[in-house]
Amino acid sequence: MDIYEKNRCFLCQGNIKREISWVGFFLNQGEFYLCEKCEKKLEKIRGEKCSLCSRPMEKLPAKFKKEAICYDCYLWEKEEKWRGVLEKNISLYVYNEFMAELIARFKYRGDYVLAKIFAADIKGVLQRNEFDLIVPIPLSNERLFERGFNQAEALAREAGMHPVSILSRIHSEKQAKKSRQERIHLPEVFSVTNPIQVKEKTVLLIDDIYTTGSTLRHAAYVLKKAGAKRVQSLTIARG
Amino acid sequence: MIFPQKDQSKKSESFISNDEKQVVIGKGFDDTLSIDEQLREWLTGRMLLFDELPFPVEYIEQQIRLGFCTSYHGIERKGNHYICNRCKNTDLSLFSPFPCARCQKECVYCRSCLMMGRVSECTPLVTWSGLEISFSYPNSLHWKGGLSPSQKEASEKIINVIKNGGDLLLWAVCGAGKTEMLFEGIAHGLERGKRIAIATPRADVVLELTPRIKQAFPDVPVISLYGGSEDRHRFAPLVITTTHQLLRFERAFDVMIIDEVDAFPFSADEMLQKAAEKAKKKDGSLIFLTATPEEKWQRECISGKRNCVILPARYHRHRIPIPKFHWCGNWKGAIQKGRIPQSILVWFRKRLEMGKQAFIFFPEIQWMERALPLFQHYAPEIEAVHSEDPQRKEKVQKFREGNIPILLTTTILERGVTIPNIDVAVVGAESEIFTESALVQIAGRVGRSPQFPTGDITFFHYGKTRAMIRARNQLLRMNREARRKGLIDD
Ligand SMILES: [Zn+2]
Ligand SMILES: [Zn+2]
Ligand SMILES: [Zn+2]
Ligand SMILES: [Zn+2]
Repeated sequence: MDIYEKNRCFLCQGNIKREISWVGFFLNQGEFYLCEKCEKKLEKIRGEKCSLCSRPMEKLPAKFKKEAICYDCYLWEKEEKWRGVLEKNISLYVYNEFMAELIARFKYRGDYVLAKIFAADIKGVLQRNEFDLIVPIPLSNERLFERGFNQAEALAREAGMHPVSILSRIHSEKQAKKSRQERIHLPEVFSVTNPIQVKEKTVLLIDDIYTTGSTLRHAAYVLKKAGAKRVQSLTIARG
Repeated sequence: MIFPQKDQSKKSESFISNDEKQVVIGKGFDDTLSIDEQLREWLTGRMLLFDELPFPVEYIEQQIRLGFCTSYHGIERKGNHYICNRCKNTDLSLFSPFPCARCQKECVYCRSCLMMGRVSECTPLVTWSGLEISFSYPNSLHWKGGLSPSQKEASEKIINVIKNGGDLLLWAVCGAGKTEMLFEGIAHGLERGKRIAIATPRADVVLELTPRIKQAFPDVPVISLYGGSEDRHRFAPLVITTTHQLLRFERAFDVMIIDEVDAFPFSADEMLQKAAEKAKKKDGSLIFLTATPEEKWQRECISGKRNCVILPARYHRHRIPIPKFHWCGNWKGAIQKGRIPQSILVWFRKRLEMGKQAFIFFPEIQWMERALPLFQHYAPEIEAVHSEDPQRKEKVQKFREGNIPILLTTTILERGVTIPNIDVAVVGAESEIFTESALVQIAGRVGRSPQFPTGDITFFHYGKTRAMIRARNQLLRMNREARRKGLIDD
């Protein structure tokens, strides 16, 4: 017997008619937010990937690889300041055109509900790994007011986590436009508001995209300095 | 001073002299206007978010206190229901709460009009409540063309509705010359200081219409609004806009003209109908233009329940070509096997031999792209075009210039594009996407110019549909009606 759920797709407003298996039904995985057509456009990161940052490596030319890690990670790890700071980044999806549109709608247009699309995936990651603290990358107050919510925090909350805001921004978000050299040598971007809470803890940072890895590494750096044991990160897309 | 005193009656004389007024309107947003004048230009007839107003928040708040602006809650809760004050959405599945950093509460936002900037419970929407900008443009129409007697009759009805309010459906066959019939009514309204909007679902129609309207009314400020338009801060008596942009207006227009009512997405999207209703003044006039009204409206027209004027003939006084039905079997199967169904092949090769250009419509991109190489086998210059094709404009232009013999297309070319001498075929006319109105529009591509008033239109199908039959009957009825009224010569 099949059970059909009739809901409207979050993105195209089309009807969602999907078969839910009995197993899925009892495990309460029966909630779908996208129609099949839209979901197909999401591209999971599969196959060979950078063991450090999740960058898909299958199509990457050899000169951008260094054994199990990508060349970018190799450069980061080469510098003493950054070595081992971010232990690992887990990304779920390829940052393709569809994902770019989805993220833009989510964070710039402010379509909060879209965070639900990734809730099950994020929960999955947390079932496989354990962390003491879930920490979203913060926005500056100015940005937060503009957008009405912090997209990283929304992702964590909708996945049923209890994120703690122990980071705050010293500099604005504008650094995205700077060159790699400038970014690496930027004075601190973040500060830890409550260092005691971090001591000896394993931390999972949350953000929407991993692009250059600079934001997450800067956050990881101050956390480690405040005494965190290990810092990993989770992003929905790998740019 | 631009703001009236509070006790000043709305009926009082315009507070800007006539000469000054023309200058203000013509200039739009610029530094020579005082901040008060700028705000009035931005906000007259509009309903905007603070974020859409480039003025200091304190200034707008002051204007609200003084009564020149009014602010509304973006979303209101009524019992278990919500209503979005911008798009009038009440569908619960299109509202959602979020932990809002602005109001520090669970705040409900509207997903229906999200793409125009998020509106939530704590988002104020601001309108203008000071004295309206008034204007008058006597003798504004500079169009030198003439109207046929039946166009004249329609034009009179339009003038009447513009004068007295109410609504009117102008049901005019493709090629009847709809736009020209509006001119006198518009001129009439502008003389009496009525603000007029021409709204259409498609941005390309806005772009095509604007120069024609500007040419007919060279001394009247005209703005055109679509996503990314630069006119969005200006006031103008005559506004050409996508139906979408109407969401930013409220009680702005004395006359609302909606072109191509049947076209996607206006007929499909309730939100845009509500937007049109909201953008119009309460006692304003509402005029719908269409070549193919939906069934319900057709019945209302015929039974006399709807104020309607029907133009059954083209301005060139030739009958509308009637579609032929031709069974083509399982055309998808044939294409899959790498061949064009025989009947279609015969039709198509005949056009190639005669050197007559043609459109061939397909229901889906995917099938059109599979078929393309099969057609190109006979003539490599054949091209295909669809809505997401970045070269869409270039290809249509190349076709216009005669450099593409046959153009395969999805329904994007069903309306708007007028090419003098072409034949048209529809492959898979039984598909759901070919509604009655789509088929009438497609047939309407044929025989448009007075030099080439005839042409062939064939629906190749794998089973006749109700839509096909209704479309043909509609066109037959129009021709009969036109003959009865003596509007056609052949
Ligand atoms: Zn969808
Ligand atoms: Zn890497
Ligand atoms: Zn809305
Ligand atoms: Zn709020």
